[in-house]
Amino acid sequence: MKAGSNLERILKSGQFAITAEFVPPATGDRELIERQALYFKGHVDAANVADNMGAVVGAASCAVSKVLLDLGLEPIMSLVTRDRNRIALQSDLLGASLLGIRNVFCTTGDHQKFGDHPEALNVYDIDSVQLVNAVRGLSDSGKLLGGAGCDKVGSFFVGAAADPFGEPADLMILCLGQKVRAGADFIQSQPVFDLEKFGHWVRLAREEGLIEKCSILATVMPLRSAREARAIHEERRGVEVSRDVMTRLEGVLEPEQAQEGLKICAEQMQALKEMKGVQGIHIMSAGREEVIPELIKKSGLETARAKG
Amino acid sequence: MIIAERKPIKELLEMLAGHDKVLLVGCKGCVTVCNAGGVKEVGVLASALRIARRRQGRPIEIDEMTLDRQCEPEFISWLEEPIREKGYTAIMSAACSVGPQYIAERFDKVAVMPALNTKFIGGTLEHEVWAEFCRACGNCGIHNFGGLCPITRCSKGLLHGPCAGSSGGKCEVRPEVDCIWHLIYTRMKNLGQVEKLKALKPAKDWSSYWSGGVRRVVREDLTL
Amino acid sequence: MSENFEPRIVAFCCQYCSYAAADLAGSMRLSYPPNVKVVLVPCTGRVDPLHILRTIEDGADGVCVAGCLEGDCHFLEGNFKARKRVAYVQRILNEAGVEDARVRMFNIAASDGPGFAEAARMMTETIRALGPNPLSTKTEKMTEEL
Repeated sequence: MKAGSNLERILKSGQFAITAEFVPPATGDRELIERQALYFKGHVDAANVADNMGAVVGAASCAVSKVLLDLGLEPIMSLVTRDRNRIALQSDLLGASLLGIRNVFCTTGDHQKFGDHPEALNVYDIDSVQLVNAVRGLSDSGKLLGGAGCDKVGSFFVGAAADPFGEPADLMILCLGQKVRAGADFIQSQPVFDLEKFGHWVRLAREEGLIEKCSILATVMPLRSAREARAIHEERRGVEVSRDVMTRLEGVLEPEQAQEGLKICAEQMQALKEMKGVQGIHIMSAGREEVIPELIKKSGLETARAKG
Repeated sequence: MIIAERKPIKELLEMLAGHDKVLLVGCKGCVTVCNAGGVKEVGVLASALRIARRRQGRPIEIDEMTLDRQCEPEFISWLEEPIREKGYTAIMSAACSVGPQYIAERFDKVAVMPALNTKFIGGTLEHEVWAEFCRACGNCGIHNFGGLCPITRCSKGLLHGPCAGSSGGKCEVRPEVDCIWHLIYTRMKNLGQVEKLKALKPAKDWSSYWSGGVRRVVREDLTL
Repeated sequence: MSENFEPRIVAFCCQYCSYAAADLAGSMRLSYPPNVKVVLVPCTGRVDPLHILRTIEDGADGVCVAGCLEGDCHFLEGNFKARKRVAYVQRILNEAGVEDARVRMFNIAASDGPGFAEAARMMTETIRALGPNPLSTKTEKMTEEL
């Protein structure tokens, strides 16, 4: 145990973890954050607090993570390299340490073209792999990228993203390997709608010896409708909805598609739980946090934490 | 070379408001090659601006002149005589933005305006199609990436790519653009250098880039 | 717009086709509007955007570029280049506030005297409907803009 977070304890002890994406709205209203947290607290082991997800402005992940901590909900603070350079990112990490945040999740972030400020200048001073490496350096030896040392920095449990569905597959494994070698403790994948393809990726990762070095969490996303499934399939690159899922959604009337989407998602969660090499589930509810408790219940994967 | 593109005529007309006698200066360097600011483009632009101003009911006199290069002070001095003799109130430069800046620093009595948008350092993809190849980071490391530049040609400048926005070998930010990480990987594979790609790259030193301050290159041995 | 407006139209005609067609139209004694003044070019590929722009600038009410049928260019693709350049000039004219219909591309075979006469009629009608070149009528342009 380095970081001492709940998530670390669960994953390191070989238990199955459930996390979910907490997307902070563009608000200065603490109550709003607290209300949103009710859908997570007692249901998931930790919540990923998004950092301006989709390049849309939301309350700072660092601050929201602290609010969640206060509520007794363990945060995984996201950091993207799109908006801040290495100075600001490391400063945020120190701030997180001060606030008692123990999990961080490092990604490059969606390009600002897709957000609410497409005219913004991006930063990309460092990339996600280098950020993982920076967190590691700070966490393990109290060293900043510039070489200076810092006192009493808490240890972090570090996460990164991976794309199991990109082509070619061996390049995707190479990318995963880079993140693991940079020091990622856990990986949350792109949303999985195609279990077979995902299983293949996990197998490849295992063959490369990467599974022993970090925990893989499969991301699931409950689909609201056949239309949404098609849109995601067509517009969101890196995400593929399988033919089976599409057929099932199309097979029920539109008002019932959301329920069917939840059902499909819950079944996928069960299947992923059984998949060798998968150590947890990450739920991306895409703005529908209210379905999280029901989804987890349907999947039968209520965590020990929730029961207690 | 530097790739540039003519600004919309409407924008140029707004810049020229209040000016009735103007010199439009082209450049025979890069912008001639990319058909943005050479002799011919200057002729077409001058004609278009004259037509537009007559249409507005306020004719404008536009003389045309194209210098060998506008990024060289020696050639800029060729403008001295016409500016002194002709009484222009403004000079519009159809060069990359070096040209209008040189003109502005040299002549303090005339307004200077850019006719072009300087777009990027690039090359020709096919006839009359240009693409960006270099961001002038000031410390080239493309040999580490099969000779291809991820700093410029990846929309996020990733040194460890691709990101999840890469699909079918294309970039999600501009789907007409190849995901450079796909090209890098394919090439490294062909070269038998995939192992090299697996290595972690340290955070880039950007001090050789513009973020290190406005840059200069000096060849001591050749200075006079 | 004056009732007795007679458009002045300049036609850049390729020597291998449209120019011959114009000649043939004459020999066939086909009547077509006398408004079209023909300029002989070795190929429409020789017509530069600047030729067209300057012609408009100097007061022509319309300009047409008449080349060979597509695929029949003596220089293989001169007429395709001309088509693109005409479109380019049309965009510039639009930006400059002049109707793009004043400039047009035609493709007429050497043997098609009636085709030339028809093109001349069409162009003359188009320009007659548009009225005089706005650059050559001072009063109109002032009132229009203000």
